[in-house]
Amino acid sequence: MGLELAVSDGQAMDDHAARMQSPLAIRGMTVSYGQKPAIFSVDMTVAPGAMTAIIGPNGAGKSTLLKAALGIIAPLAGQTLVFGQPIRRQRHKIAYVPQRASVDWDFPTRVLDVVMMGLFPQLGLLRRVRAPHRAKALACLARVGMESFASRQIGQLSGGQQQRVFLARALAQEAQLYLLDEPFAGVDAATEKAIINVLKSLRDAGKTVVAVHHDLSTVSEYFDHVFMINTRKIAEGPLAEAFTERTLQETYGGRLAGAQMDQIGRALAAR
Amino acid sequence: MSGSEFVPLSLVPMLIGICVAVACALPGNFLLLRRQALIGDAISHVVLPGIVVAFLITGAATTWPMLLGAAAAAVVAVMAIEAIRRLGRIEPGAAMGVVFTAMFAAGVLLLEQSDTSNVHLDVEHALYGNLESLIWLDATGWHSLADPAALAHLPVELPRMALTLLAEALFVALLWRPLKISTFDERFARTIGIATGPLGLALVVVSAIAAVAAFDAVGSIIVIAMFICPPATARLITNDLGHQVVWSVGFAALAAVLGYVLAGYGPLWLGYHSSVSAAGMIATVSGAMLALAAVFGRHRHRTGDGAAL
Amino acid sequence: MIRDALLFQLGYNATLVTLGAMLLGMAAGVGGTFLFLRKRALVSDAISHATLPGVGLAFMVMVAFGGDGRNLIGLLGGAAVSAALGLLGVAWLASRTRLAEDAAIGAVLSVFFGFGVVLLTMIQTMSAGQQAGLEGFLLGSTAGMLRSDAMIIAGAAALTLGLVLALRRPLTLAAFDPGFAASTGLNVARTDLAMMGLVLAVTVVGLKIVGLILIVALLIIPPVTARFWTERTDHVVVLSGVFGGGAAYLGAAFSAALPDLPTGPIIVLVGFAIFAVSLLLAPQRGVLSAVLRHRMFQRRVHLRQGLLALAQGQPIYEPLTLRLLRREGLALPDGVATPAGRARAGKALLDETRWQLVRQDPSFEAAAAHYDGLTPIETVLTVDQLDEIDQRLPQPHEVSRP
Repeated sequence: MGLELAVSDGQAMDDHAARMQSPLAIRGMTVSYGQKPAIFSVDMTVAPGAMTAIIGPNGAGKSTLLKAALGIIAPLAGQTLVFGQPIRRQRHKIAYVPQRASVDWDFPTRVLDVVMMGLFPQLGLLRRVRAPHRAKALACLARVGMESFASRQIGQLSGGQQQRVFLARALAQEAQLYLLDEPFAGVDAATEKAIINVLKSLRDAGKTVVAVHHDLSTVSEYFDHVFMINTRKIAEGPLAEAFTERTLQETYGGRLAGAQMDQIGRALAAR
Repeated sequence: MSGSEFVPLSLVPMLIGICVAVACALPGNFLLLRRQALIGDAISHVVLPGIVVAFLITGAATTWPMLLGAAAAAVVAVMAIEAIRRLGRIEPGAAMGVVFTAMFAAGVLLLEQSDTSNVHLDVEHALYGNLESLIWLDATGWHSLADPAALAHLPVELPRMALTLLAEALFVALLWRPLKISTFDERFARTIGIATGPLGLALVVVSAIAAVAAFDAVGSIIVIAMFICPPATARLITNDLGHQVVWSVGFAALAAVLGYVLAGYGPLWLGYHSSVSAAGMIATVSGAMLALAAVFGRHRHRTGDGAAL
Repeated sequence: MIRDALLFQLGYNATLVTLGAMLLGMAAGVGGTFLFLRKRALVSDAISHATLPGVGLAFMVMVAFGGDGRNLIGLLGGAAVSAALGLLGVAWLASRTRLAEDAAIGAVLSVFFGFGVVLLTMIQTMSAGQQAGLEGFLLGSTAGMLRSDAMIIAGAAALTLGLVLALRRPLTLAAFDPGFAASTGLNVARTDLAMMGLVLAVTVVGLKIVGLILIVALLIIPPVTARFWTERTDHVVVLSGVFGGGAAYLGAAFSAALPDLPTGPIIVLVGFAIFAVSLLLAPQRGVLSAVLRHRMFQRRVHLRQGLLALAQGQPIYEPLTLRLLRREGLALPDGVATPAGRARAGKALLDETRWQLVRQDPSFEAAAAHYDGLTPIETVLTVDQLDEIDQRLPQPHEVSRP
């Protein structure tokens, strides 16, 4: 049986062009911990200048996708292009915000030091830290409302404050593409609002933002694009096209609780 | 004590002790924060087989082949630990325990089986060295420090250890930023292009060099103690990585001086007629410092998410 | 000679030592398993190094009271006391300060050992003739052992083994799942204390045979080895005891039969040899089988991805994918599918499309959970279910190519 989907050459060309221009294009990404793929053959083409939420149930491979794309974990197969080029030459265009819990907050350092880490690509090994560098780091802290904490020990921060410091560090990188792994996990409401405002201002300045996101009820309020994943890509695109009851059903199966479904229904209706 | 006694008998061992202590404490700071404190333990155990194998190959107890052999053994051990941990999915502590005990056992066995009667090579020496024997016989007083003829007969261990210390200091100073960033947040470090894998290996190799160079003079006890105790003591009194490293250098040097003095003169004060192991005493003093910091240190308690655990 | 030693024919002392070593090895293997399963293997390193000052102090105290100083029970008692102090030190540093357990272990082992060496050098100068042979505790020395000492060691090893076996159940429970163990009313803290007590006993008894530097190997290598062969906790315990006992028995026998073979290192090396074989060849967790499995798995992934790309007319980017497709005769060097390749690609796409339908339908939720990109759907659904799904297939373009 020759079951094939006919794909016109024109469309393939469009795909190719979109990939080359995309801030982040992933092809055929497969990652496996053991003998079962956590993500299988995932393609992703992030829209430039948009805010994209990566959503899917627990264990669907959301964080894995980001980490594999960045080369933090080794994929079994797959390629990543950043603005049309291999990631190795484009690192300075990317700012990554890892999960808050992935580091030891008992590390002996201060808030401003952590933000300064974002300046490492500029400073290199030995260039002296000068007043403008410090001013820039302080300005990044100010953008997340943490300037008064600059000389605070990082161990003394609350979860929300830790997340803001991580975001400030990413801002210091002055990247084109911001990748965030669960930036809203376990943070207070004020922090969530502060973070989303910063992200929106980044988008308004023409940057691209991609965030692993958990809370379905805020997706349509915070983001304009979604990428839905459950081991495989389910859907990708602007909210109106990709974030539908059908794709949600396919992504989450029957796992969505009634209350959550109502919430989403309202969110969809409000749009 | 007069210079004519101090300079030939105590100055050189004391300086060597200081160099060893500081050279180990410097990388030890990062090992401590990376939860790899016991790498120092593992390395110092595998130095013995490395030296013995080098001796068996070259047939002579000369410095450079032995240093190379020991360094090679350290690298082999670290790779084996990593391989066993990954391939066998074994927790790092257990993987370490398997590798360093087996290699140490092999070293002891080789030593027993080979004829080393004409060279100074035995297990006890490997464990606690002989710092006290590194005397400068050509010196007659402080003025000898300016006397080229006397300086020519300085124990070779001193310049070697000073060089090692310099290398350790350079390593930490040059790679300070990547070391700090990758120790704090390895994932982030990787995304900004820091080669975290090679950097981690370099840290271990540099630690191994310190251990290997130190080992001949002072044995492995001081090495383990200095990798861990001064940085740990410093960690308990400050919350800043830069200060921690500076303090650890100070504590290491102080432990070396105090330990050496106590070992040489302490027993006399207690009525004994001869000295005790300087290496052992330096380790003991560093332990006493750590105990004090653990009770009184300003920053001895955990902060951050770990505090609740 | 070796045969005689293995068959316990080398005289009463050697037989006692070999027997004692074997019992000790079993006790260490079983006891070490619990330590290993609690991920605290290297605590034993701190315990064993911490015995040295105790040995030295015990010697000095016994001499001060006019005794011989070499009384084995006295020395081992001292060792036990200072090892317990070292253990307390580790626990205190790790719980009361910000230092992690590995740093606490390293600090305690180096400082206690350093202090022990200070004491040894003091003892060496105390008075001639008192050369107590305390250095023998570093690497173990069974040659020329007193008969009374051999009996003490064999007896203590038997006692330790008995203790380990008696405490086997609660220890297994606590090691496997501390939370569940606590819910059944087991006092986990006390069980942990018992575990540490056992490790301490093994260490102290093993001092004279294996020596304090290498005794940790007896506690660590057998459980790690056993773990390669089985996934079940109770089997790990038994296997570890067998490996530990076997290594110690063989090692002690070799050492008794051949000249210049110190007991401790040879026991450790026999244990390591068993470990190395297991690491490489164990059927499930061994390296060889894991590598083979991984490569086969990677092949499957690449083939599947390549077939789907062919079916959807997408270019194949990865060299490995293309190479595999070519080797299977499914694609030509320029990435165009062969007839066989088109057929396989069609099947893969059909499978994938069916999966997509299954995943969209809540009534198939249980089946949908099996999706991993590789499992053929026929292995999950019944024929009837497949028919039901196929009803909903989009009408495919039947592309007939010449």
